[in-house]
Amino acid sequence: MKSNLVDGLIKYWLLPMVGAGCVVLLWAVASSSVAPSLPSPLKTWEVSKPYILSPWEKRGELDQGILHFTWYSLIRVAKGYALAIALGTPIGLLLGMSRGFTNTFDPIIQVLRPVSPLAWLPLGLVLFQKPEPAGIFTIAMCSMWPTVMNTALGVRSIPQDYINVARVLKLSPWKTLVKVTIPAALPYMFTGFRLSLGIAWLVIVAAEMLTGAPGVGGFLWQEYNALIYEHIILCILTIGIVGFLLDRVMSLVERRFKVA
Amino acid sequence: MAFIELSGICKGYGPAQQRTHVLEDVNLSIEKGELVSIVGYSGAGKTTLISLIAGLIEPDRGTVSVGGKPVTGPGPERGVVFQNYSLLPWLSVLENVQLAVDQVFPQESQQERRARATKFVEMVNLGPAAGKLPRELSGGMRQRVSVARALSMEPEVLLLDEPFGALDALTRGVLQGELQRISQESGKTMLLITNDVDEGILLSDRIIPLGAGPRASLGPATVVDIERPRDRKALNHDARFRAIRLGVLEYLLESGKARRAERDAAESPPSKSAAPSPSAHDAASIVEVTP
Repeated sequence: MKSNLVDGLIKYWLLPMVGAGCVVLLWAVASSSVAPSLPSPLKTWEVSKPYILSPWEKRGELDQGILHFTWYSLIRVAKGYALAIALGTPIGLLLGMSRGFTNTFDPIIQVLRPVSPLAWLPLGLVLFQKPEPAGIFTIAMCSMWPTVMNTALGVRSIPQDYINVARVLKLSPWKTLVKVTIPAALPYMFTGFRLSLGIAWLVIVAAEMLTGAPGVGGFLWQEYNALIYEHIILCILTIGIVGFLLDRVMSLVERRFKVA
Repeated sequence: MAFIELSGICKGYGPAQQRTHVLEDVNLSIEKGELVSIVGYSGAGKTTLISLIAGLIEPDRGTVSVGGKPVTGPGPERGVVFQNYSLLPWLSVLENVQLAVDQVFPQESQQERRARATKFVEMVNLGPAAGKLPRELSGGMRQRVSVARALSMEPEVLLLDEPFGALDALTRGVLQGELQRISQESGKTMLLITNDVDEGILLSDRIIPLGAGPRASLGPATVVDIERPRDRKALNHDARFRAIRLGVLEYLLESGKARRAERDAAESPPSKSAAPSPSAHDAASIVEVTP
């Protein structure tokens, strides 16, 4: 019991700390030797302090606490992600259920899937003429594919037994979808949702950089232009931590559905 | 015309050139209210036969009719108890049954349907477990739910595909007893597919062996003229029971032997099959239970 606790402390706290410490050390050494333009860890902390210690402060449109910027980004991601789910789930269901639909649309999906957010964004700007919808469009276009692919896979993996049950009961197509197909494919769908959220968060930086919208990505780009490199590192760390937390939350939700 | 009528059924799988012919010239008639069991080797095509009657697959040749009407697809008037339970894992025991009831009796009120589902859950002695999910149940309990679901549709015929095949001997015995009771109380037409000759004799009015595959067909039917309720222990000493069992087993063993001889003849003569073929193995395990 006691040794379990100690083991856990070492495994989940001490070792990860050591790992992070190694990276910080490497960073410190690099900034004081080979890369003099890279701000040192200490300097980064000094310069970032006001943004971290009063994270909700709003001093001006482009000068806000880090959590405030994160909040803007999260809202933007939520909108794009919601759109991605709303589009991706039905497409995935159709792909999984219909051979014909797959033969027709799978090739074009495979072509669109690897397109970078940097390529979608200008098209979004052309389409919507405004940066905000363009950003949301970009997030949706890039992040819906894992939802599409996993939903399709989930539908294709439904055991024949369940389909036989639906057939013997003569469930209507709609009822089969709601009562059998979707519940059976749900664990796969949630894997897709989680991967999609990861990508949506990944895309936010690119979207905000190019549109200059207020948010973590926008802040990062603005501070690069203002030559405050410490804030670039602050933003990178923030993006990483928020992305990690989002993934944790989604995997908790996912696990809940896997058990059922 | 009998209630269930199969005539000249042929069914195979795979592309035309290398098609595996599972069933060939299967003829079967079952009267209303009769409980018929079909005993055969695993892999002989028992599940194929029941899927044909259920309408889940179509025969290559021949016709299937139930209640005078040709079978064109699956439907709730032919309740199926699948070999592997086939419960929807995200629904509770009651909800699994309720799904079937709601579908088959849409004209009833919600309370009536709820009462109906509850009645069938209780009929298989699962009242206390009604709210549980299938994964929380033992194999025997899951199969009970499957039986309850099939019965709740008030089908004209109940098709049971090796319902107790995956259960341990004790649970099997208990469920056989319950099926015997349900069968007598409901008087439903039932077709039981099994690989257990004793089970077939215990439960049915008529027992028919399905010969070894490929190209399996049905053997001669034997009427089980033993009065009910039948007791498993007493049955072992019943001369009629032993005679029927011997007859069925002999037919199965002979057909297995004949199939093996055909296969050996088809192969090059010197290569005697070293390893026992699967059907020979099955035959051996069937022999073991003979006293």
